[in-house]
Amino acid sequence: MPLLKLQQIAIAYGNHTVVDDFSMTLKKGDIASLLGPSGCGKTTLLRSIAGFEALKQGTIQLNNDTISSQEKTLAPEKRNIGMVFQDFALFPHLNIKDNIGFGIRHLSREQRKQRTEELLALIGLENFETRYPHELSGGQQQRIALARALAPKPNLLLLDEPFSSMDVELREELAREVRKILKHENITAILVTHDQQEAFAMADHIAVIKAGKLQQWDSAYRLYHQPNSPFVADFIGQGVLIDGLVVDENRIETSLAPLEGKVPNGCKIGCKVKILVRPDDILHNDDSPRKAKIIARNFQGANYLYTLELEDGTKLLSLVHSHHHHGIGEQLGITLEIDHLVVFSQS
Amino acid sequence: MIIKSPRFTLPSFNRWGVLAIVIALLMALPVLVIGSFVFQATNDNWQHLLDTLLAEYISNSFILMLGVSVGVLSMGIITAWLTSMCDFPLRRLFSWTLLLPLAIPAYIIAYTYTGLFDFAGPIQSALRDAFGWRYGDYWFPEIRSMSGAIVMLSLVLYPYVYMMARAAFLEQSLCVLEVSRTLGNSPLNSFFRVALPLARPAIVTGLSLALMETLADFGTVQYFGVNTFTTGIFRTWFGMGDSGTAAQLSAMLLSFVFALILLERWSRSRAKFHHTSNKYSLIKRFKLHGWRAGLAFTACLLPVLFGFILPASQLLVWTFTTAEDNIDRSFFMLIGNSLFLAAIAALVAVIIALMLSYSKRLFKSPLIDASVRVASLGYAVPGTVIAVGVLMPFAWLDNSVDSWMREQFGLSTGLLLSGTLVALIFAYTVRFLSVSIQAIDAGLAKIKPSMDDAGRSLGLSPFKVLRQIHFPLMKGTVLTALLLVFVDVLKELPATLILRPFNFNTLAVRAYEMAADERLADAGAPALMIVLVGLIPIILLSKAISQSRAGQS
Repeated sequence: MPLLKLQQIAIAYGNHTVVDDFSMTLKKGDIASLLGPSGCGKTTLLRSIAGFEALKQGTIQLNNDTISSQEKTLAPEKRNIGMVFQDFALFPHLNIKDNIGFGIRHLSREQRKQRTEELLALIGLENFETRYPHELSGGQQQRIALARALAPKPNLLLLDEPFSSMDVELREELAREVRKILKHENITAILVTHDQQEAFAMADHIAVIKAGKLQQWDSAYRLYHQPNSPFVADFIGQGVLIDGLVVDENRIETSLAPLEGKVPNGCKIGCKVKILVRPDDILHNDDSPRKAKIIARNFQGANYLYTLELEDGTKLLSLVHSHHHHGIGEQLGITLEIDHLVVFSQS
Repeated sequence: MIIKSPRFTLPSFNRWGVLAIVIALLMALPVLVIGSFVFQATNDNWQHLLDTLLAEYISNSFILMLGVSVGVLSMGIITAWLTSMCDFPLRRLFSWTLLLPLAIPAYIIAYTYTGLFDFAGPIQSALRDAFGWRYGDYWFPEIRSMSGAIVMLSLVLYPYVYMMARAAFLEQSLCVLEVSRTLGNSPLNSFFRVALPLARPAIVTGLSLALMETLADFGTVQYFGVNTFTTGIFRTWFGMGDSGTAAQLSAMLLSFVFALILLERWSRSRAKFHHTSNKYSLIKRFKLHGWRAGLAFTACLLPVLFGFILPASQLLVWTFTTAEDNIDRSFFMLIGNSLFLAAIAALVAVIIALMLSYSKRLFKSPLIDASVRVASLGYAVPGTVIAVGVLMPFAWLDNSVDSWMREQFGLSTGLLLSGTLVALIFAYTVRFLSVSIQAIDAGLAKIKPSMDDAGRSLGLSPFKVLRQIHFPLMKGTVLTALLLVFVDVLKELPATLILRPFNFNTLAVRAYEMAADERLADAGAPALMIVLVGLIPIILLSKAISQSRAGQS
């Protein structure tokens, strides 16, 4: 039985539809991520699960109870769904103990104290009870916000871009740390982010969203290696889509080389397709007869990311060990190594 | 190598810094003079006062403050919450019209309500006509009383609380309210557990401002016959001619004021920590329907109706009915006098404020900061107290010069300063300097030091930085500062009453004299002029407020 079930939901502001025909289910203990460019509707979706946005269509069910539908929206305070906000939204007038204890006032003083201490130990901030939010660093505030949301043992925890105000170097580390805490507590959670590294570091399942619509609902591995649309292929990881022409049942002619692989359904001979080529698919080999001109390069430490151009203007990316130092304008020998071909029909 | 200040090398601290400190101390002189009377030996009058009226002054001041607190808090907070968080008919209109009562000085609203509710006023007359009652047949609340004074002051002072509370509510990150909802609190619960505690420092700041005005009020309590410190000071000064006792009373009032200043400072410093977020999501106002909308509408309408519309209409009626007798050459003289005084005082205050604010910025010296802070204490000090504090040193100076001249040259110089416009303008400057300093400081803060640096690095001399960067950016600020002081001077009553040269009248003084002569209708025209001019900064203020929140349409 799924814990959370979204069925064909739609959300609109006036005539402007923000989320459309969106469905997904989540098992207890799973961590999901809603991933997409800014303005794609992912935050709106999250807020509708929390109860801050009403649905135009569809239903949201939690433990088989309908909490949102076209007719009714259960008030946020009655859902037992926790939320961690982008700016943490700690209560500045309360100390840490009272911030964490805010949502568990129904417990006895002793129970509350115990739960607070337990959570502070969990997030590694023992003895912070009497401090105030403004005395803490950003990372500490964030963990307090997490503890506060966890205190009432919510059915579901929502995290709205919780790492976006952190230093870039800290984000992945924090994301992994939060994942450890959530898994330890067996918390079901949904993370909203536009940063795929964060989503990869934290989520079991990722929903890639574009313009309010679900594009793909999959694990990080499959999103990278088996994207189901040109958008996902482009959005996840690096790579280019090159043109190809189907010449046989499983042969495609491209300006790079003839390729072997499964052709999309409904694609016959003579059909035009796009093929995903990742930077790690193009290997550097000085002996190769296949050459491409270097038009840009980006030093990344261990590797160079070269932008290459073929005679017909097709552009490629290639990740090459930085011992191999080549200048812009040089011809670089390349070989192709694609294990699994990702092909999209061009129509 | 000696590195000079990279920003401005022209003014050396010695000349400008010392000048700034001297000016600041000069501005602080009246308050310091009064302060020194805390420690003075007492005389018989003081003893007499102690035995008789002092207890009444103190208890009346306390009752007044308590009553006004209840009034301004209830009106201010409710209207602020409704207009910032809920949506109901005419909400946008209310969000700025709720400020309008601020344009009416308390003594003027007191005159209008006396006119409306007195025995001979239209309300009681109508009641008598309708029911055939006669004098003594019925009970009617006495407007000229302590409770009347509380209502009058609350009606014009609640906008301080409204303004501060509204800004605080709008500034609160919506997330804290939402987080409270996800943790199991209803909207009303969230208001009491999160929104209100978070806004408390701002609300206390607004309240302390309102209470400072309450303590400073002279016109209302004097007219209503409520004995407080300000009326006591006035009476001892004019009635008994006892400057020492008046100064001692002033010193006592000053200690009340300082308690309020401390309260305000403390709450402002707390507010810093109560700032919740730099990210603003668009406020989604809670839409009210049916009787709830009607209730919210009424709650916002009543303060505007009784605090502005009703008194302003009464003034209009009086002005038109007495126009024939009052609008003559002497009336225009009156307007001329008032505008002239206000303009000069505004100019002086703003020039001094510019000097002090720039000195603060350039030298970053704790000594200058401290003296500027002392110089801006005047905003909290009642006009009566400042008047006494100005007159005492001026009289001493006049007498000293006079006796010295007589000794040396055998001629009497008489009163050089006291009883002249110089004394009056000096008093205004002391009282309203901080208004202009605050405005100028706020404007200067917007010009980041990096802009100075950018200008210098692009080849501008310090003087050109001032002319090409600061001047254009500060123009609006300076105009605002001028306007604010101008209007405050125009409304000022007690200091003008005490310090004005013989036979020199202003609009405020005329209104006061007419009301004192029981010629309320004749007070209408000058009072209306004051209110009309007072409206200008309120309208500017309401514009600024509606634009103050990022991303708020």
